[in-house]
Amino acid sequence: MKKKILMTGNEAVAQGAIDAGCTFYAGYPITPQNELTAYMAVHMPGKPGIFIQAESELAAINMVYGASAAGARAMTSSSSPGISLKQEGISYIAGAELPAVIVNVMRAGPGLGNITPAQSDYFQATRGGGHGDYHLIVLAPASVQEAYDQMFLSFDLADKYRAPVMVLGDGMLGQMMEPLQLSAVSFQPSAENKKPWALTGCAGRSPNVIKSFYMDTNELEKFNLNLQKKYALIRQKEQRWEEIFLKDAKTIIVAYGSMARIARSAVHALRGKGKKVGLIRPITLWPFPEKAFTKHLTSNTRYLAVEMSYGQMLEDVQLAVGKAKVDFLGRAGGGVPSEEDIIRRVNG
Amino acid sequence: MDKIYSHPVSLRDNSTHYCAGCGHGTAHRIIAEIVDELGIREKVIGLAPVGCAVIAYEYWNFDCSEAAHGRALAVATAIKRVRPENIVFTYQGDGDLAAIGTNETIHAANRGENLTVIFINNAVYGMTGGQMAPTTLAGQKTATTPAGRDVLSHGFPLKISEMLALLPAVKYIERVSFHSPQEIIKAKQAIKTAFLNQINNIGFSLVEILSPCPTYWGMSPQKSLEWIKEVMAKEFPLGRIK
Amino acid sequence: MTEKIIIAGSGGQGIMLLGKVIAETAMRENKFVTWLPAYGAEVRGGAAHCAVIISDTEIGSPLIDKADTLIAMNALSIIKFQNRIKNKGLLILNSSLIHQFKKAKVDILECPCTEIAEGLGNNKVANMVALGAYLAKKTVIPIRAAQEAINEMAPADKKALVEINIKALQEGAKSANG
Repeated sequence: MKKKILMTGNEAVAQGAIDAGCTFYAGYPITPQNELTAYMAVHMPGKPGIFIQAESELAAINMVYGASAAGARAMTSSSSPGISLKQEGISYIAGAELPAVIVNVMRAGPGLGNITPAQSDYFQATRGGGHGDYHLIVLAPASVQEAYDQMFLSFDLADKYRAPVMVLGDGMLGQMMEPLQLSAVSFQPSAENKKPWALTGCAGRSPNVIKSFYMDTNELEKFNLNLQKKYALIRQKEQRWEEIFLKDAKTIIVAYGSMARIARSAVHALRGKGKKVGLIRPITLWPFPEKAFTKHLTSNTRYLAVEMSYGQMLEDVQLAVGKAKVDFLGRAGGGVPSEEDIIRRVNG
Repeated sequence: MDKIYSHPVSLRDNSTHYCAGCGHGTAHRIIAEIVDELGIREKVIGLAPVGCAVIAYEYWNFDCSEAAHGRALAVATAIKRVRPENIVFTYQGDGDLAAIGTNETIHAANRGENLTVIFINNAVYGMTGGQMAPTTLAGQKTATTPAGRDVLSHGFPLKISEMLALLPAVKYIERVSFHSPQEIIKAKQAIKTAFLNQINNIGFSLVEILSPCPTYWGMSPQKSLEWIKEVMAKEFPLGRIK
Repeated sequence: MTEKIIIAGSGGQGIMLLGKVIAETAMRENKFVTWLPAYGAEVRGGAAHCAVIISDTEIGSPLIDKADTLIAMNALSIIKFQNRIKNKGLLILNSSLIHQFKKAKVDILECPCTEIAEGLGNNKVANMVALGAYLAKKTVIPIRAAQEAINEMAPADKKALVEINIKALQEGAKSANG
């Protein structure tokens, strides 16, 4: 086993991507994810790693589109305002059914906002974000270790479904250091990772075309229906979550990412006082882990959605629990709900 | 008897959707001929733009990708970096390359990406219905300059080729025209040079083609060719720029 | 055991590094640990601080509301963080730069970190003096492990500085045991 090392979340994402076989990175500087780009600049170049500091977020995401079209495991990273700029390219990537990984180390908005941690891009991430009927698979790491591990998962899911995957962190996770256990094995391409659709030159086969344009509206509708089938399959197969103390819980807190760490502390403190409190931590935000809720749904369970935004994840919790009562605790724009805030709300 | 004509393998055997007298068909064909002549059909990767030529891949018989409007050179940059052994070219109109994609164009050129760029300048937006392009001439009437382009409010025709020529990493720029068979032969020579430059690892090469759009110029195909020669080529002088 | 430490001072005092040495040492001792820096606009104007949490169990929030220990390296940091110390918490105070600070219900350890560092010939190691004082006072992690961590954390081109850093650590401990 490799020795543990201390790393920031941003660096862990970068190292995770490299270990997961990412051979192409393009990005544009923006705080609070600059350590990620800088790490890539140091560790990517050389065969076969390619690092490009792009002239813009648009160029960066379109470079990812190109690298992916050419068959590479490709990624970009940014923070909220930069992710807004990338939406055009993300829509094209979804439309062209290209695998790609996009990392969003969220900061507070709207507009330029501030670089303090926030989770206010939840809707943008889970509803698609750009134009058209598409989804990203969205993963939300809650620790430096998970940020690293999820890079393997995100590239695998991207390849498997030929779809963009977003890793949604925040400034707190990006900046904090924790001990990290590096994977003993790095990515080795196998038959499963073959990309017969990639642009390689048409030697020995008919030409490949990467596109999202359909002149014929019937064809476009058919394509969209196929996309929807893919999303239905992802919904069915890829829901991931962590649950703590659900069995006898009267109150279930729902929180993801950095927020879930704080919620976990609150849950432990409340359990210490004999309160029957549990936690559902969505690991995939899209697909939202509805199964976690249906499994535990009882008529008198009370839910508390806690997020660093103003009622975004809340909507998915409400959809998942139907008529059960859902309370909400959220702060954004620099404020982070504290352990004490959560405890007060549960007791209140 | 010698065979003096054959259909390029790199051009599919179907008819194009372009208007009568449009330059795109000629440009597609020249590129296909060159790809055949250089024997690179199995290595070439073409980038189709957003614009009238969006489905160029329906006509070319080799690997292609679409790129979002203006982003072809960012996409091409990555493809070439990932696959340096392939021959990658972009095919872009004036709106794509010199308006919405100016940033991508300038920076790909400034990085000296070893790419071949075919720039179709017809001084107007075709697919969207004849609006002003960055290269629209002073006084030229378009859907969005109904009284003619007024340079004081709409700006001057943008000479992006001359601008790019200032960049140290740019290796080759030539402006050619489709207004006569002789000029088309010269255009083909220039495009071939731009492909050979990539094959020989010389670097960023761009050919700007003054190309007719009779539909949105409101002229007959014949009149369009005369207009290129008499008017457009005065604003955009032909020849080697770098 | 959970120990929450806020380390505060000014840019150039090695505040972040002090936190990292604690975090690295704790990791080597198989503790759970988080290190969270102030970043961006917070670090403008020359202020610097970081939050380190060491625990035997998994750590929830890396944020610290009330710290078990505050290491304050300059006067400004005392103004900013004096109310963030827990009741009966520990305050390690760089008495070279902070004069006559009193606070009830807080265990104050005055250590002339900067003067001791200057005595060793490099005022930049004041942070390690503070660390030595802290580890002498609170035995959450052994000082020997911190020495090893410093030794291994030093990049190849800075190995020459290991000795003075370890010396500073020892002097800090000595001062605390005084």
